[in-house]
Amino acid sequence: MAKYIIKRVLLAVVTLWLIATITFILMNMVPGGPFLAEKAPSEATLKALNEKYGLDKPLIVQYGNYMSRLLRGDMGPSIKQRGRTVNQIISNGFKVSARVGGISVLVAVLIGITLGSIAAMNRSKWIDNVIIVVSTCGIAVPSFVVSTVLMIVFSVKLKLLPTYGLSSPLHYIMPVMALSFYPTAYITRLMRSSMLEVLGQDYMRTARAKGLSQFKMLFKHALRNAILPVVTYLGPLLAYTLTGSFVVEKIFTIPGLGNDFISSITNRDYTLIMGTTIFLAALIVTMNLMVDIAYKLIDPRIKLK
Amino acid sequence: MGNTLVDIKNLRVSFFTPAGEVKALNDVSIKMEEGEVLGIVGESGSGKSVTAYSLMGLIPYPGRIVGGTIDFNGHRINDMSEAEMRAIRGNEVSIIFQDPMTSLNPVYTIGNQIMEVILLHTDKNKEQAYERAVELLTLVGINEPAKRMKQYPHELSGGMRQRVMIAIALACEPKLLIADEPTTALDVTIQAQILELMMELKQKIGMSIIMITHDLGIVANMCQKIAVMYGGKVVECGTADEIFYNPRHEYTKGLLRSIPRLTDKEHRKLIPIEGTPVDMLNPPAGCPFAPRCNSCMKICLGRMPEYTDLSETHYSACWLLQKEEFERRGQGA
Ligand SMILES: Nc1ncnc2c1ncn2[C@@H]1O[C@H](COP(=O)(O)OP(=O)(O)OP(=O)(O)O)[C@@H](O)[C@H]1O
Ligand code: SF4
Ligand SMILES: [Mg+2]
Repeated sequence: MAKYIIKRVLLAVVTLWLIATITFILMNMVPGGPFLAEKAPSEATLKALNEKYGLDKPLIVQYGNYMSRLLRGDMGPSIKQRGRTVNQIISNGFKVSARVGGISVLVAVLIGITLGSIAAMNRSKWIDNVIIVVSTCGIAVPSFVVSTVLMIVFSVKLKLLPTYGLSSPLHYIMPVMALSFYPTAYITRLMRSSMLEVLGQDYMRTARAKGLSQFKMLFKHALRNAILPVVTYLGPLLAYTLTGSFVVEKIFTIPGLGNDFISSITNRDYTLIMGTTIFLAALIVTMNLMVDIAYKLIDPRIKLK
Repeated sequence: MGNTLVDIKNLRVSFFTPAGEVKALNDVSIKMEEGEVLGIVGESGSGKSVTAYSLMGLIPYPGRIVGGTIDFNGHRINDMSEAEMRAIRGNEVSIIFQDPMTSLNPVYTIGNQIMEVILLHTDKNKEQAYERAVELLTLVGINEPAKRMKQYPHELSGGMRQRVMIAIALACEPKLLIADEPTTALDVTIQAQILELMMELKQKIGMSIIMITHDLGIVANMCQKIAVMYGGKVVECGTADEIFYNPRHEYTKGLLRSIPRLTDKEHRKLIPIEGTPVDMLNPPAGCPFAPRCNSCMKICLGRMPEYTDLSETHYSACWLLQKEEFERRGQGA
């Protein structure tokens, strides 16, 4: 196990290096630069700015400088947000996004697993049909529609929930609902189909023949087997949700990472683009490793190689 | 003989599939005394497993009992609630399923899965249950039981897994053990070992066994009583001697003809009789065997024959027998 983890971590470092390099190359291949979008600065200012951020040096030198700083965990200053480092921006944004995202994933997992299991256990009955219809809608409706509808119902009409910021627990309700809508629906469907499969397995028949209660059959014998596909989905889901959704953060005015990510691109904020990309990649790689380990813990048949 | 342990009367079980009602059991009656070994034989799809499942209240979705009664050890099984059934399953009656490779949960250890049933039906604590589980593994002939307790099903061979299934089935010393083709998935030497083991344990614990199989050799060696099933019906039932030396139903006769000599030591599989099995979606009005029967008469197609009692223990449902009896009575009068 330890050997496996070390191997995976080394592999992750290589992956991240590749991603950083490719992003660096692509970013510099696209014409334009960070200072061109603003109303044209004078030649002299432009030169000074480029010099300040080292953009005047040959690309290979820029690359070398960036990588050596990155190795020390320093992602440099933001080019467009004066006086803030990329590390600061990411850490501030991530704190916010991860909190909202974390709660959303938790909600999605709990509700999705419950609904999916209920549907599977009541196959073809009305409750199953209701859950299928609702979850299909949940997958089809985009998050900005969900956000807008929530906003109209709970804030405009009922005046129950605040519309922006995250200053109280009440503020979390709508963003969490908006963020967890799709994954809840998706997990419900995943869970339903894998639960249906598991319920038809021979070992469930054995469990029943032993005289076990419904509760024991479900929570001991079925759930642990049926949950594997959800665990697989959880890796990428966590990575994407924790880093924030641009749409939901925009609508509910949440100062999260999703916002930073999009604006870094439109602003051509080179260091922030590099920073957010590498951060997201690192998060995905970490989550996937955690999923694989979780897999091994849940299912002893799986060999980590 | 002892008391009646199993009394199945006119049992009908149907599966309500999208394609229609599959009449899996069509008026099945089987009686069995305590301490007996009953063999159920018949070709694939004849309803052997469904009969066994009915007895344990384990008929899978979308099937259910649509008629008849099942009495087991003083319980009226078909009137019992799921909760009442649970107290019996794995305790008074247990089953060894057809598929040893997939019948154990892959994510729990062998020990866990054996101890589970002990903890459920007895008031033993964890340590006592552990000891009992080790004892059971030893009993079913598994070496290094303490080590096996910690292993997962995928680390064991098919024969081992089937032994574990037997250990689970025997954990609470059931009155009745149902063995649904316990050895079909195993190779011949292991087959013999497992069967020997079951007979040995039967003596030790004093339980009754229902042995479901395709293999007439097994039945001949182990069973006192045999029920022959065809198309969801028991077409003939009697002692082993009656079935082997005096078969009266045309299907039973065909079955016996399909194996060369009964005295052969090696076990033989049933060679299917010519023709296709019954379509259970549209079962014929008359004798289910009629389309494949060489002695088929007009009446066979239209009406189901009643049972004819051939001796105290031997009965069969065939129009030929009804005719014989009628003629005999006619002569007597
Ligand atoms: N889950 C199910 N859904 C629909 N029909 C079923 C189901 N289970 C069994 N049947 C029907 O019940 C009939 C009897 O099946 P059963 O499993 O008892 O046969 P069997 O005698 O045990 O055969 P085998 O030797 O192949 O195990 C079959 O014709 C089958 O079509
Ligand atoms: S009832 Fe008729 S068809 Fe059926 S076995 Fe007897 S003779 Fe053959
Ligand atoms: Mg069967």
